[in-house]
Amino acid sequence: MKERLEALRVEALQELQQVAGQQQLNDLRVKYLGKKGALTEILRGMGGLSAEERPIIGQVGNEVRAAIEAVIEEKQEAYRQEETAARLREETIDVSLPGHALPTGAVHPLNKVVTEIEDIFIGLGYSVAEGPEVETDYFNFEALNLPKNHPARDMQDSFYITDEILMRTQTSPVQIRTMKAANGKSPIKVICPGKVYRRDDDDATHSFQFNQIEGLVVGPNIRMSDLKGTLLQFVQLMFGSQAQIRLRPSFFPFTEPSAEVDVTCSQCGGHGCRMCKHTGWLEILGCGMVHPRVLEMGGYDPNEVSGFAFGMGVERIALLKYGIDDIRHFYTNDQRFLNQFARM
Amino acid sequence: MNVSYQWLNEYIDVSDLTAKEIAEQMTRGGIEIDVVESRNKGVSGVVVGYVVSKEKHPDADKLNVCQVDVGTGENLQIVCGARNVDAGQKVPVATVGAKLPGDLNIKRAKLRGVESQGMICSAKELGLNEKLLPKEQQEGILVLPAETPIGQPIGKTLAIDDEVLELDLTPNRSDCLSMLGAAYEVAALTGREIKLPKTAIMDSPELASSYLNVSIEAKELCSHYTARYIRGVKIAPSPLWLANRLMAAGIRPINNVVDVTNYVMLEYGQPLHAFDASKVAGGRIVVRLAQEGETLTTLDDQERKLEPQMLVIADSEKAIALAGVMGGGNSEVTADTTDIILESARFDGSTVRRTSRQLGLRSESSARFEKEVDPSRVIPALDRAASLLEQIAGGHVAEGIVEAVAATHEPAVVQVTLSKINSYLGTSLSKLEVEAIFTRLGFQGDIDGNGTFTITVPTRRGDITRDVDLIEEVARLYGYDNIPTTPIEGSTTPGALTKPQAIRRELRKRLTDSGLNEVISYSFTGPERTALFPALTGDVRPIRLAMPMSEERSVLRTSLLAQLLDMAVYNRNRKNDNLAVFELGSVYHTEEETLTQLPHEKHRFGLLLTGNAVQASWNQKAVAYDFYHAKGIIETVMQTLGVSSRIRYEAATPEGFHPGRTAAVKLQTEAGEVTLGYVGQLHPQLQQQMDLPDTYAAELELAPLYEYANSAIVYQTLPRYPAMERDIAVVVDSAVEAGRLLEKAREIAVGLLESIRVFDVYTGEKLGAGKKSVALSLVYRHAERTLTDEEVTELHGAVVTAIEQTFGAELRK
Repeated sequence: MKERLEALRVEALQELQQVAGQQQLNDLRVKYLGKKGALTEILRGMGGLSAEERPIIGQVGNEVRAAIEAVIEEKQEAYRQEETAARLREETIDVSLPGHALPTGAVHPLNKVVTEIEDIFIGLGYSVAEGPEVETDYFNFEALNLPKNHPARDMQDSFYITDEILMRTQTSPVQIRTMKAANGKSPIKVICPGKVYRRDDDDATHSFQFNQIEGLVVGPNIRMSDLKGTLLQFVQLMFGSQAQIRLRPSFFPFTEPSAEVDVTCSQCGGHGCRMCKHTGWLEILGCGMVHPRVLEMGGYDPNEVSGFAFGMGVERIALLKYGIDDIRHFYTNDQRFLNQFARM
Repeated sequence: MNVSYQWLNEYIDVSDLTAKEIAEQMTRGGIEIDVVESRNKGVSGVVVGYVVSKEKHPDADKLNVCQVDVGTGENLQIVCGARNVDAGQKVPVATVGAKLPGDLNIKRAKLRGVESQGMICSAKELGLNEKLLPKEQQEGILVLPAETPIGQPIGKTLAIDDEVLELDLTPNRSDCLSMLGAAYEVAALTGREIKLPKTAIMDSPELASSYLNVSIEAKELCSHYTARYIRGVKIAPSPLWLANRLMAAGIRPINNVVDVTNYVMLEYGQPLHAFDASKVAGGRIVVRLAQEGETLTTLDDQERKLEPQMLVIADSEKAIALAGVMGGGNSEVTADTTDIILESARFDGSTVRRTSRQLGLRSESSARFEKEVDPSRVIPALDRAASLLEQIAGGHVAEGIVEAVAATHEPAVVQVTLSKINSYLGTSLSKLEVEAIFTRLGFQGDIDGNGTFTITVPTRRGDITRDVDLIEEVARLYGYDNIPTTPIEGSTTPGALTKPQAIRRELRKRLTDSGLNEVISYSFTGPERTALFPALTGDVRPIRLAMPMSEERSVLRTSLLAQLLDMAVYNRNRKNDNLAVFELGSVYHTEEETLTQLPHEKHRFGLLLTGNAVQASWNQKAVAYDFYHAKGIIETVMQTLGVSSRIRYEAATPEGFHPGRTAAVKLQTEAGEVTLGYVGQLHPQLQQQMDLPDTYAAELELAPLYEYANSAIVYQTLPRYPAMERDIAVVVDSAVEAGRLLEKAREIAVGLLESIRVFDVYTGEKLGAGKKSVALSLVYRHAERTLTDEEVTELHGAVVTAIEQTFGAELRK
């Protein structure tokens, strides 16, 4: 019986070496190890063995079964791996095809700039104030120390609707409205973004409609040095910590002293380039100490409080920031233009 | 104002500074210099020559062969084509090796076989501005005065080796509309002395008052009128030095008399005028308002209709000048003039300004008067001009000034304390430092024991009237750069956005994150655009600009949509066919015919979709925008603002929209339901008219949403009990709105219907005409226990029955 078992082992292992395919392997498993298989068949004869022989033959039988099972398992594993590999090969896709992008739209570049500036000033404790775009001559000019027939009115050519009502030419009337609304209370710290309108022939650098952001601070003991400190803080947050400012005396009817503010050219860092006309500076702001007459018009006593104001053109900053060559793009809204701003 | 560097040196010695250095200092001091321009446009090697002889060219009729002495000891032979060249002239000669503007190099040449050793130049060839050339220099070669030294470099003769500073003056600094004003400014900046021009008049024995009588009728509008009477002038071209300076300043030389008035205006900032005395009737000059219907032909040959508030200079019969603006042709100085009346006066600035604006007539004179001239220079300027006319035009100045005075001017006295200066600027300047600054400015003053400066402001600085003006002067001379930078002291303020501002930001973010682009359109539009969507504008009147730049931008927009249409057309013309854009902006509404109060500025949300929502690609089909994309965006907006439960959509037929594909968007408010606006397809006719494909749009009023928007998020406990789902499909008449079915289901299963969803809408032959099938998926859930199957079946049965009975629906099996 032992011989028959050994012979079975040899035969089975030989046959398993030749096996071709999963089906045949299954067949061989049944043939040798199945309930009616060859091994079972032989071991059925164990009933006729003596008590001494039975465990010995039993052990041999187990060895033979283990040997055959091991080989079958080995073969089976090889088939499994091959099958997996085949399935993965089949599932291969072209990863170079484009994916499903999430939709992306853009905030208008002017509002992008306004938002950025608003956030800087909100962080500095400013509120955002707004006023009407259709204004009275009083708020737009007279209350800002620009009486009728004042030569300084020539600085801005206006769109009048009636003799007393016009499209605001600046966001400065919001200063007066804010002061009147505050009703003598201080401090006031606001910025006022908004659309303004001036008669101007449209070209690459001029638009009859544009946006300004105005700032106003009124309180006891507001100094010109505070204005400089505020503007320096702003430009460093806006243009980077290396940015510096330079003030040049200038004139606005509603501030005294008045200044134009240059900022280190963001393109060249102040070394001089085409953008800054080789000066290293870009003019981006006008500012000054609020004129006492304007404080009076706003309902404040210039002996009690002082203030500063500043203003900048949003388009100019956007043109510089993004290197845009034509201001008209902001209002024609070509999608190929707008799409470029769908980014952080 | 153009300031010649050479000329400036007459009044202040700045020869150790370059023009560029002066420009930089002035700019940093508050007078912006746009540009420093060299008057020499590239001339070298050109000298003054004397034409010794002129002969006809043997082979060319139009050419002359000249022998020219340029002071080198040997005559040059030069072929010249100019008609006006002649022997005995002094002329500019470009010798061999000379350079002329336009990179022209002069070489030895043969012209029709005759050798030419250079070129005799015209003024134009020397780079002089054509517009500024006196008449006699506009054609042919430039003939120089006989006394010009032979061999002198032309740069010296014509004073073109000079640089001109172009001052870009702010309206407050009209004091720098003169050479003296510029000199005072440079003196203050650099700490130097001023040299005033010398004036010496050799009065002749006759009294001016015997020829002339002056009076001011309009006393409010002319504070001071002065005149001198000058006899026997000889009208001629001005000497070269004077013409050169006028040209440097950008003024064309005319004749010696006119040139002197212009020269002194440039020098003092005081405009002057010369009348031909023989044309002034009655020897009388009256400053008065124009009479009704009066006309005057001004020096530019235009007949002007005068209005009664315009100020004129008149003789005993007629107006002879528009005061401060321009002289009249009827009293003009001409070649035959011998006696002149020279005027120097001070006219009211706003009157001059109004007149010059009304007539569209601006002059060097009006530009100065309208900003108020210095009252202390009226007479010095008059005398300076008289003295120059004596020297240059051979005039005899009659003795005395004839004048009328309506008001006198005292210099302003302004006080400021040292502590105010320092607390205002944030500086710690000493008394001595401030005093030094006032001294440099030429401001006289004292300081008392309390640190109060009392400053007498020179009349040339009419812009300084109060303490802050003095503080600005201190600040700019101290240097804005030297003022420290400090943080604001005192109480802090919280920074924040208002609710409407925060809402607009949130919408911007939500919509752009969903793939829409934000646009900003023009606030001005054409009148026909305001009539496109009456339902969006209501009964308003377009607000028209008084002087629009064009008809297409003549009125204020009354809707955003009209502007978005133009934007869509613009983009489609550029092959940007797929558009999904929104705008947040104002429209301007009024019921008034003529505005007497400010219009309503209504914040609106505008939306426009056209083309494809999804582009065809390798794995998906194109999806065109439709009504439900537009409505879905509105739903998203309402969801974002937390007001979805207050919103209802109702089929509507506003003008300009497709009558079958438009809904009114309604908001439930405390005061009842209000229509926010509309969402729908544009009317096909409008689409065709604008050449647009199917386009979907919406426009909503934002103010009610500002009020009802709700950012408070209240957490709901997650469900602990299972839900039961039931689907049904019902066939109803096509006219039955699916939304009504949903409402009915919600009404019947109130409290237990967690959600209801339309998952299919079908029409087809099988159902028969005029029918549609709507398939609904309903989810039932009880918050506190598990619903039994029987309960749900009963509830769902009730829903189905209600739908069947209410809408005549048939359950599809």
